[in-house]
Amino acid sequence: MAILHTVNKSPFEKNSLETCLRIAIEGSSVLFIEDGVYGAMDGTSLNGKLSDASNRLRFYVLGPDLRARGLSEDKVMDCIEVIDYEGFVDLVVKHDATHACL
Amino acid sequence: MEDAPEGYEGGVVKKFMYVNRRAPHGTIYAQESLEVVLIGAAFEQDVSIVFLDDGVYQIRKGQDTSAIETKNFTKTFRALEMYDVEKLYVEKESMEARGMTVDDLNVPVEMKTSEEIGRLMEEQDVILSF
Amino acid sequence: MKLSVVVNEGPYQHQAADTAYHFCRAALAKGHEIFRVFFYHDGVNNGTRLATPPQDERDIVKRWSELAEKHDLDLVVCVAAAQRRGIVDEDEQKRHGKDVNNIAPGFRISGLGQLIEAGIESDRVVVFGD
Repeated sequence: MAILHTVNKSPFEKNSLETCLRIAIEGSSVLFIEDGVYGAMDGTSLNGKLSDASNRLRFYVLGPDLRARGLSEDKVMDCIEVIDYEGFVDLVVKHDATHACL
Repeated sequence: MEDAPEGYEGGVVKKFMYVNRRAPHGTIYAQESLEVVLIGAAFEQDVSIVFLDDGVYQIRKGQDTSAIETKNFTKTFRALEMYDVEKLYVEKESMEARGMTVDDLNVPVEMKTSEEIGRLMEEQDVILSF
Repeated sequence: MKLSVVVNEGPYQHQAADTAYHFCRAALAKGHEIFRVFFYHDGVNNGTRLATPPQDERDIVKRWSELAEKHDLDLVVCVAAAQRRGIVDEDEQKRHGKDVNNIAPGFRISGLGQLIEAGIESDRVVVFGD
């Protein structure tokens, strides 16, 4: 059983990403949406932690939210796949349940 | 081994997890999430409640809201047992970070590690966050 | 698949209502069924007929009403949360002696049981909040 976790707040504002990474089990996925997309960018203090986590979790980020915030898809961490809303739907369907880490 | 619950209209029983990560009183999430649990109890589903991060503060003993003039809904956690909602879990890491032990809490809970909470989450059909 | 969506925040204040809307639209475009959209906490404010956003901004309430009409969606506003926040339909207006009702087209007010039912009946539940 794999869970899709969504993270909607910036990791520099709230600890939701931190908690998410703590409880997410190997094989689960994490999708950054809304202000959560700031956590997906290359060059932040989180890169090491996310890189390590990408060995056991799959990471995704919502493209429309990146673009809204002037964040370039090219500058997203390599281990994070950019998807759109239809991709979001696919992830929800593919995983057994969705956990909104608010 | 308890009897299987009759469940909802013809026996569908799903695993529902309620995830609480916020402190009580500063926002309404804790109170309104408890209201979902109480109403939801009538549907006789397989319910677990998880308290993570500041959510562990929701079930602290000794909360007295008289000076802030709000309803002390936290007393109602003690009624959960009567509604057959007994699977309450707190995350060990969250408790320790806050210098709390189960003796600080007003309801019986099981302490679980982060990984155990994660594994429990994996078993769920519906995960509600507030 | 049958999907249900929970919206925990009001329009404009948080992006939750927007993301939920875009998610619903994408799900419908892919041929999925949206069993129910349940509005809780401040999410009930998505259902007020009285919002007048600036002309050059999206009209979140109207957008939900239009999506509901086009796809015959069930938009449910939680009665307890609505009572606290002043979202009122004709029945509630009469029941509580209010001088007006303000529910937007396509929305209906009902109990928290509708959220649990959505969890039981749907294949997936997705929560949007703060």
